[in-house]
Amino acid sequence: MSLWRLFILNLIFMLLILNNAFASKEPIKIGAILSITGPASFIGEPEKNTILLLAEQINKAGGINGRPLEVLIEDSKSEETQAVLSAKKLIEKDKVVAIIGPSTTGESMALIPIVTQAKIPMISLAAGTGITEPVSERYWIFKTAQYDRSAVEAIYKYMQKKGIKKVGILTIATGFGDQGRKALLELAPKFGITIVADERYKPKDSDMTVQLLKAKNAGAEAIINWSVGPEQIIVTKNWHALKMGIPLFQSHGWGSKKNLQLAGPAAEGVIAPLGRIVIWDKLPDKHPQKKILKSFEESYMAKYKSEPGTFGGHAYDAFMMVVEALKKVGPDPAKIRDYVENNIKNWPGISGIFNISPKDHCGLDATSFEMVIVQKGDWEILQ
Amino acid sequence: MELFLQFFFSGLTVGAIYALIALGFNIIYNTTSILNLAQGEFVVLGGLLMWYFLEKIHLPYGVSIILTLGISGLVGLAMERLSIRPLLKTADPLLLILITIAFSILLRGILMFLFGKEPYGYPPISEGAPLIIGGAIIQRQVLWIFLFVLFTMLFLYIFFNRTIFGIAMKACAIDSLSATLLGINTSQMVMVSFILSGIFASLAGVLVTPITFVEYDKGPLLTIKGFTAAILGGLGSNWGVMAGGFLLGILESLIAGYIHSGLKDALALLLLLSMLLFKPAGLFQSSEQARLRKL
Repeated sequence: MSLWRLFILNLIFMLLILNNAFASKEPIKIGAILSITGPASFIGEPEKNTILLLAEQINKAGGINGRPLEVLIEDSKSEETQAVLSAKKLIEKDKVVAIIGPSTTGESMALIPIVTQAKIPMISLAAGTGITEPVSERYWIFKTAQYDRSAVEAIYKYMQKKGIKKVGILTIATGFGDQGRKALLELAPKFGITIVADERYKPKDSDMTVQLLKAKNAGAEAIINWSVGPEQIIVTKNWHALKMGIPLFQSHGWGSKKNLQLAGPAAEGVIAPLGRIVIWDKLPDKHPQKKILKSFEESYMAKYKSEPGTFGGHAYDAFMMVVEALKKVGPDPAKIRDYVENNIKNWPGISGIFNISPKDHCGLDATSFEMVIVQKGDWEILQ
Repeated sequence: MELFLQFFFSGLTVGAIYALIALGFNIIYNTTSILNLAQGEFVVLGGLLMWYFLEKIHLPYGVSIILTLGISGLVGLAMERLSIRPLLKTADPLLLILITIAFSILLRGILMFLFGKEPYGYPPISEGAPLIIGGAIIQRQVLWIFLFVLFTMLFLYIFFNRTIFGIAMKACAIDSLSATLLGINTSQMVMVSFILSGIFASLAGVLVTPITFVEYDKGPLLTIKGFTAAILGGLGSNWGVMAGGFLLGILESLIAGYIHSGLKDALALLLLLSMLLFKPAGLFQSSEQARLRKL
């Protein structure tokens, strides 16, 4: 009898030890909320791929201080409500220590009260200014996509240099287009630029000839188009077909080789402010971003046979910031937040060189863009 | 004048797309009195299949078109066999319309799974610079679309008025019970109407993709625009819905040009509402005609 008791005690003891051993190997959980389906799926897809790729690399290299990393990826279906539900699930059920995403500005805005209340750091992958401003009310929120206004500033600076004073703007009627339009209208006076035509179109519209012509007839010396996806290719094709004789500028959403393929010769001469991920091979070797751009692009291409693009880059930066914080301060949400706010300085990422501070939770400005022109079906950096 | 002409041509381009979709609506409406709200998805299917045959496995243009239309017809057939036929006799038309919405969601999901979410495009039928007429430009592909719209109209006219099969289909539409009593196989007619409308919608996709590109979720908007065009012209008449398509396209373009581009969809839908309120039979037929034609 006593032998039995001893045996059982022994068993319990062993289980406890085993359990403890498991406990220290228990994975660190971080959450990601991405627009994998729905209208913003073209953004969410490369972001998801990037995060899966990086998580695999980190775990292969031994995880974070010996503990494996587990990324719980939730599909927000590009909807605010679904993003909110996903965030609640990740925080309450899965107990994640940080959240990456969401992919779009609207969804990110919807999550601000939730993560703030739960005191979980969130690194959004969307560009909207309101995500991290006013920074006093965005204690737990960061973002890795450049501000729309930085892209606008980059374009206007270039125009100033070239003596372009009157522009016509075409913006798509989505969150992206609205934000871009707002920045374009607000910043124009600062650079001595007049907006002579302010035209709009809807997602999935099939012809923008009318808007382009109106802008030209209003005396525009250049066109700026603000959209992502097939619409920007249609604008490019219409611009080319009309032989307008004035340059076409696209937003920072232009940076995909797919656009060049689809637009073909029509894309010749189109100018856009682009993140360095799309032109990394044309950067000088000593550029601080070149090394990580090269290794990211190449490992992504090897695994997915497609380019990660700007959006994959946003996910890369957010993920690596969290990983670095986890390595340095461990899985504690408040410490992760403090680390990201205070220690991401001169930090070369994919989207630019980050300088996050208590005053700026994005840390990127207009210098994170290069002005790029399309020449012979490829990108060329404009000096 | 030059500006007006350009707005007009731009409207014709968009209008031709709407017209082809509206025609697809009409074919099914004429035989079953239901609306196939998966019409837009068939357009997308056409564009994506065409891309696959042309760009992925490099078949000649003609062969690709025929294969694309053939497969789309088969999908139309499958849709009718699996979802419409078992319920046609017993269910309310409203329920059948809901089923077509369900089918559209299913088809969209499958297309997303097969083709991903990127936009696709391929070269137009004839390459070359756009034509310039009176100072305004028009893309060559648009002329091809006009040609195919015309060809479609001709085909439908001959089919519904000169062949026994087409006349039988019309009979089903007017009174399916009497048609059955006369020995017409109604369920076969419904089947043919779904195949035909699948083929015409996918033809629209094949033709417009070089201009507008296609991605898996472009369908719903096309469905709405095609439907608006069909209501504008008056469901039931092929010439009517075709004219409705062009009219809607031109109106949108003129509104965008002379008023504001942000208002074009709102004003077009306002027009649809006022049509439904004041002249529900459409612009081109009287309400008696519409009543005789339907229900």
